[in-house]
Amino acid sequence: MGADPLLHIKGLRIEGLSDGSWRPILRGIDLHLARGEVLGLIGESGAGKSTLGISAMGAVREGCRFADGEIRFDGQDLIALGDEGCRPLRGARIAYVAQSAAASFNPAHRLIDQTIEASIQHGLLTDGAARAEAVALYRQMQLPAPEEIGFRYPHQVSGGQLQRVMTAMAMLCRPDLIIFDEPTTALDVTTQVEVLAAIRSAVKTNGTAAIYVTHDLAVVSQMADRIMVLRHGQVVEEAQTRAMLAAPTQEYTRSLWAVRKLNRPNQPDAQALLTVVGASAAYPAGPEVLRDVSVTVPRGRTVAVVGESGSGKSTLARVITGLLPPVAGTITFDGTALSPTLAGRSHDMRRRIQMIYQSADTALNSRQRLSEIIGRPLSFYHGLSGAARDRRVAELLEQIELPPDFADRFPQELSGGQKQRVSIARALAAEPDLILCDEVTSALDQIVQEEILRLLMRLQDEKGISYLFITHDIATVRAIADRVVVMHRGAVVEQGPKAQILSPPHAPYTRLLLSSVPEMDPDWLGRLLELRSRG
Amino acid sequence: MTDLPAPHRRSRGERLRAKFAKAPYSARFGMVMLSLYIITALFAPVLAPYGEAEVIGKAFEPWSATHLLGTDQLGRDMAARIIYAARNSMGIAFLATVLSFVTGGLFGIVSALLGGWADQVLSRLVDALMAIPGLIFALMALSLFGPTVVNLIIIIAAIDATRVFRLTRAVALGVVSQDFVEAARLRGEGTLWIVTREILPHTLPPLITEFGLRYCFVFLTISALSFLGVGLQPPMADWGSMVRQNATLITYGNVTPLLPAAAIALLTVSVNFVVDWLLQITGGGRDGR
Repeated sequence: MGADPLLHIKGLRIEGLSDGSWRPILRGIDLHLARGEVLGLIGESGAGKSTLGISAMGAVREGCRFADGEIRFDGQDLIALGDEGCRPLRGARIAYVAQSAAASFNPAHRLIDQTIEASIQHGLLTDGAARAEAVALYRQMQLPAPEEIGFRYPHQVSGGQLQRVMTAMAMLCRPDLIIFDEPTTALDVTTQVEVLAAIRSAVKTNGTAAIYVTHDLAVVSQMADRIMVLRHGQVVEEAQTRAMLAAPTQEYTRSLWAVRKLNRPNQPDAQALLTVVGASAAYPAGPEVLRDVSVTVPRGRTVAVVGESGSGKSTLARVITGLLPPVAGTITFDGTALSPTLAGRSHDMRRRIQMIYQSADTALNSRQRLSEIIGRPLSFYHGLSGAARDRRVAELLEQIELPPDFADRFPQELSGGQKQRVSIARALAAEPDLILCDEVTSALDQIVQEEILRLLMRLQDEKGISYLFITHDIATVRAIADRVVVMHRGAVVEQGPKAQILSPPHAPYTRLLLSSVPEMDPDWLGRLLELRSRG
Repeated sequence: MTDLPAPHRRSRGERLRAKFAKAPYSARFGMVMLSLYIITALFAPVLAPYGEAEVIGKAFEPWSATHLLGTDQLGRDMAARIIYAARNSMGIAFLATVLSFVTGGLFGIVSALLGGWADQVLSRLVDALMAIPGLIFALMALSLFGPTVVNLIIIIAAIDATRVFRLTRAVALGVVSQDFVEAARLRGEGTLWIVTREILPHTLPPLITEFGLRYCFVFLTISALSFLGVGLQPPMADWGSMVRQNATLITYGNVTPLLPAAAIALLTVSVNFVVDWLLQITGGGRDGR
């Protein structure tokens, strides 16, 4: 901490307008950042970490305002400068990398034109110099074919590549400070490693200071020199990365490890409830996305299906539900052959297999109250109505640990975790034997994830429900699975009891997948990269 | 757990009253005006001083105590005809618009939901209908089936339904792809339930806006058809044709012919005030996402 920090935030308060009144989002934050230093901001969603990140550019989101405090960047007070005054700084000396690169690029322009736009607008570089610089940065970000990739459009490159192009764009003006707002959250673990490595080396070589916002402690421990934990708009704890990982002083910080600690012991195998044999599937006029997949789900157990996006794990779920009839293979449920199409299945069979989706936002009808969302399966499958139905809805709400008066609410009045609970209640209302869970925790932050997983496990113990749990998150697999199925490019790589799959020897793809999961160790990324470069 | 009381819920009526209490002034104005129009239409025979087709004096008499707004080109009382026209113009336009939205909206959602050949058949049929200019199609159909009020309503509704179909289908396509529709399918729900309970509420905001607009267009279509002689048949009064029939008076600096036009304008504004408010309370203005 030199005498002249690059960024100095003192007593910052930011308020947001909700329901006609101003509510605090940040409640007095002090922060300082030296040149070339990387600070990790961590906390659950709604902690104010993104708001704090954006405020370092002297900006607030729409519907928010600065209430108090000061933000000094290289001696200048950004709040006093105002939006107009900050404009010469933004993009030139302070840059921002957003979570969703796909949403941040204009689909109608080539990547290189968007990469160099800021530097030319600020008059820092000539067109030719900017283009040469962009190619150099693409190379530094380890993008394939750095000379040509800029001439593609955003939809022609992968998500991980787009995120690296965005980082290159941020670095082009040689800013003093870059704000990374969850840059790898939307990526697969295997892709994430590449992006993290590229960002880290670029920040190091260029000596750029950075604020790295994330909810993943393992990721931030690779990137940051120092970590600040936020909760409810206040600083919970701040320490050097190694010190914090070794000995977090606050209870809350320790709870951020929680999911990693939830580890359900392997249960003995049970009789098979669902058996899929040799299933292959393809979308109309498309290539085969599922090849000869055989999976067994034992009664009252959890089978986790893991793999990166595009590995066919969601397609497997669609085949089991009957939404996508397989071109080959058979499905047996509780001893009877299951019709390949949804229409061919009986009312009762449809009741016994339920599904929970990744995004509760789109899985719940936002125009229906919870009483209707949870109540409909009750009327539909069990013929309940009137007061009996209302009572059962209240019981179900109690089971998912929500107050009964929530029955009157609409989904958008709930938090992300609460919405996912409602999805669970809707599935429970049918009283199913098998629930297919498609990435049900991946849109949630660490702590909420753990609550949802605990709820699912408790329900399994009480009701003996089986889960087919689709996920790309190995930590979740460790936490809840009895059996693990590893999928890659539409085929099963290996499957077996959790202990067997997660301990060596591994199939080559399983090893790649497992080694890509960030560990809570600042040296993990360096070690991994060294290992891989040696082959 | 059996004696758990059913949670108290605010009834539909209570919620509605709370929303009325918060309505902005523009919406209240719209509602008051609309009520006046509806009362006028319903009680036209009571309110009108003379009959709809009753000739009570000379042509183009000025405003007087006995004839409040004077008389028209055939010596019929202007005030009485404006009142009766509320019935014809509003009623027919309203019925035609509602009919077009029910059919166009329903088929639009079904088309988006089913996809495949059902969507192809419906969409191409609509394309074919839309390829013929609306007014010409109406002229042709009306001269074919005869210009009765029922035919007028059905034909205008059919033409307008094609526009509503296209809009609804486009909106519904975005809704159909959401997981809750798939969840309803997995549950085994029928098409009708999915259309009316899952998708329809999401397509309402643009449809309500469109309703306000379409209603006014239908008004003008009726006037145009009346002008061409296949719309409302004389001696039925209708605001659109009244403007035209008495247009010569304007050159003499008399504003009477503009009164039916003003009636149309005021109704249009009122309908749209109410529609804007409806849009707000159905959540169209501030959707969750």
